[in-house]
Amino acid sequence: MDAFILQILNGLDKGSAYALIALGLTLIFGTLGVVNFAHGALFMIGAFCAVTMQRILNLSSTVIDETQKDFLGNPLKVEVPYVESWFGEAAGAAIQDWSVPLSILLVIPVMLLVGWAMERGLIKHFYKRPHADQILVTFGLAIVIGEIIKAFFGANPIQTPMPSAFIGTVDLGAWMGFDPGSVAYPTWRLIYFFFSAIIIAAVFAFLQFTTFGMVVRAGMADRETVGMLGIDIDRRFTLMFGLAAAVAGLAGAMYTPILSPHYNIGMDFLVLSFVVVVVGGMGSLPGAVLAGFLLGILQSFASMNEVKALIPGIDQIIIYLVAIIILLTRPRGLMGRKGVMEE
Amino acid sequence: MLGLNSRDFRLFLIVCALCLFAPIILNPFPVASSLGESFNAGYPALMQRFVIFGLLVIGFNILFGLTGYLSFGHAAFLGVGSFAAVWMFKLLSYNVVPAIILSVIVAGLFSVVIGYVALRRSGIYFSILTLAFAQMMYSIAFSDLVGKLFGTIVTNGETGLQVYNDDPQILLGQGDPTVPHLFGLEMNSAYTWKIGGWEFVFQNGYYLSALFMVLGFYLSIRIFRSPFGMMLRAIKSNQTRMSYTGLDTKPYMLAAFVISGMYAGLAGGLLAAMDPLTGAERMFWTASGEIVVMAILGGVGTLVGPVLGAGVIKYLENIVSKINDSILHNWFAFMPDWMDNLLVTIIHPFIGKGWHLTLGLLFMAVVIFLPGGLMQLGEKFTALFRRKKTDDAKTGATNPAE
Repeated sequence: MDAFILQILNGLDKGSAYALIALGLTLIFGTLGVVNFAHGALFMIGAFCAVTMQRILNLSSTVIDETQKDFLGNPLKVEVPYVESWFGEAAGAAIQDWSVPLSILLVIPVMLLVGWAMERGLIKHFYKRPHADQILVTFGLAIVIGEIIKAFFGANPIQTPMPSAFIGTVDLGAWMGFDPGSVAYPTWRLIYFFFSAIIIAAVFAFLQFTTFGMVVRAGMADRETVGMLGIDIDRRFTLMFGLAAAVAGLAGAMYTPILSPHYNIGMDFLVLSFVVVVVGGMGSLPGAVLAGFLLGILQSFASMNEVKALIPGIDQIIIYLVAIIILLTRPRGLMGRKGVMEE
Repeated sequence: MLGLNSRDFRLFLIVCALCLFAPIILNPFPVASSLGESFNAGYPALMQRFVIFGLLVIGFNILFGLTGYLSFGHAAFLGVGSFAAVWMFKLLSYNVVPAIILSVIVAGLFSVVIGYVALRRSGIYFSILTLAFAQMMYSIAFSDLVGKLFGTIVTNGETGLQVYNDDPQILLGQGDPTVPHLFGLEMNSAYTWKIGGWEFVFQNGYYLSALFMVLGFYLSIRIFRSPFGMMLRAIKSNQTRMSYTGLDTKPYMLAAFVISGMYAGLAGGLLAAMDPLTGAERMFWTASGEIVVMAILGGVGTLVGPVLGAGVIKYLENIVSKINDSILHNWFAFMPDWMDNLLVTIIHPFIGKGWHLTLGLLFMAVVIFLPGGLMQLGEKFTALFRRKKTDDAKTGATNPAE
């Protein structure tokens, strides 16, 4: 039983990342009808925002420390980060330690801006073009963004440590009444799961309980009629694109302690996220979230040693297998609606 | 001639001639000159890539160009073909004939299965399904899951598959060459013709690949002009209407998919025949993306476009990634220093390792401004030229009624 629960938990963090990316993809697809192959790149930009935040916090000035001498007897030059000189040593070190969570402050405005620029600058011109063209131009954009990031940050993965308070594991087994130590789970992954749950809830609440969200949902259902009612639906949809970008960016930034970001990280996640979206049902937000967690958990079950002994390597192809089976039996995906994307 | 109308026949002849004289045409500069070092492309390894990828994209164009179904997993068939060919080398002998035949057959079988499943959906779903299939096959090959299942080696995982001395090679005779050969004609042996400062290399492997590409090109012309091709185009313009007329479009689609998969398998087999090793990275989805890029750049749905696109991409890849800062400084040596340095700093991100950035930008520019690819650019130019000459002549291009 405890092994079973451990596998479900293991699936949750990957599932959360899939769910967040798929949620953004579905938002874009549902509102603007565009298949965004550059969504993985947005995830990556988010991740590199965390790297940038880390570097900003580590910016330092060189101060000559008269009390210390180097081996030649000259005063020692000490690099003092600006945050330490501004907020004091202890507070500065704490701020540096928390660079990944703090990067959220950077991610949200940057991603909103990136999303807005992408939609207004490029995607806007592709609404009337065939879907194949939209796929192709966003695919090209993904290559370009990846290469630009590579030019600035290099091709190697960059370590971005989590706050030291979260290093280690949480003994969930003891909480749930199993033997202590039987279900030990890394703290940061737990945080990531709760973080994404909050974001998903926030997005749904935004769409469900605000007037803005209501208009957007109406626009998703029937864009033309909403337009005829005198509502500038395009502007709202642009904002939704920014929101989707921000969701992807947040997913990327918070994932950095789990997987060191490199310029291709987005591509790796993108293919799986597409599979997630298709399994969930194109255009269905709950479907995307459900499928994200479902596939994440399935993948973690498939990577159990008992399963792998039975069918070696099943963990790497299970998602694709499930996707193919689901598409063949339920062509609209798990929660797809009739009439959406059925050309 | 050969069942082609005169215009197509002329096109076919031009392609034949280009393939035949490529070693000369692509080496316009003397070997020792700096221009020759940077821009000559007439060496066998690169020319092989031109024709093999040309063949691959011709096949892809039969699917995407005629039916409009965008497959994002075509590299999988290329990889399957390569693996099949290398296995033939391992089991039988280094003769390329069984290798190439088997690579086409195996890729065909795979594409029947994948096509049957993927073609149940259209549009974006089809693209994503093919992408998922290709990624699955990549994962299988990369970790050699089939091999692990049976306790043997099939794709040899990360290392890649190649021929070892202790392989059975049951047909290998005493004096047979130990490199890929066509009944004794070694693929990598070449005749070098030196004249003045120029050097032209005529390689057997290149000419075999070129022969296959010419045959593939001929077949694609015939398909484009056949009733079958017409049917595929009809499916592209309105599949629903085709279904309403009582026609089952599925067999046609599947046939197109399998043909294009077999082209990819042939290309994979040829790649292995030129260099008898292969790895899973050939099947990665960015490789599939590259095929799409080539087709789009050249001009989807045209006859020569795909070959052109493959050639341009492979040429630029080779040239651009070879250029470095010192070569640039050489070129700009005539300018004042500050201008030279400025230009080099600006161009630096786009050359050498930055080739993919250039590729991405080029690709985006083509998709945005030239959906018809380089062929459309050519048409625009000729139209401009013609209008100046005869004011009344209308351009021959007809737009589909949509």
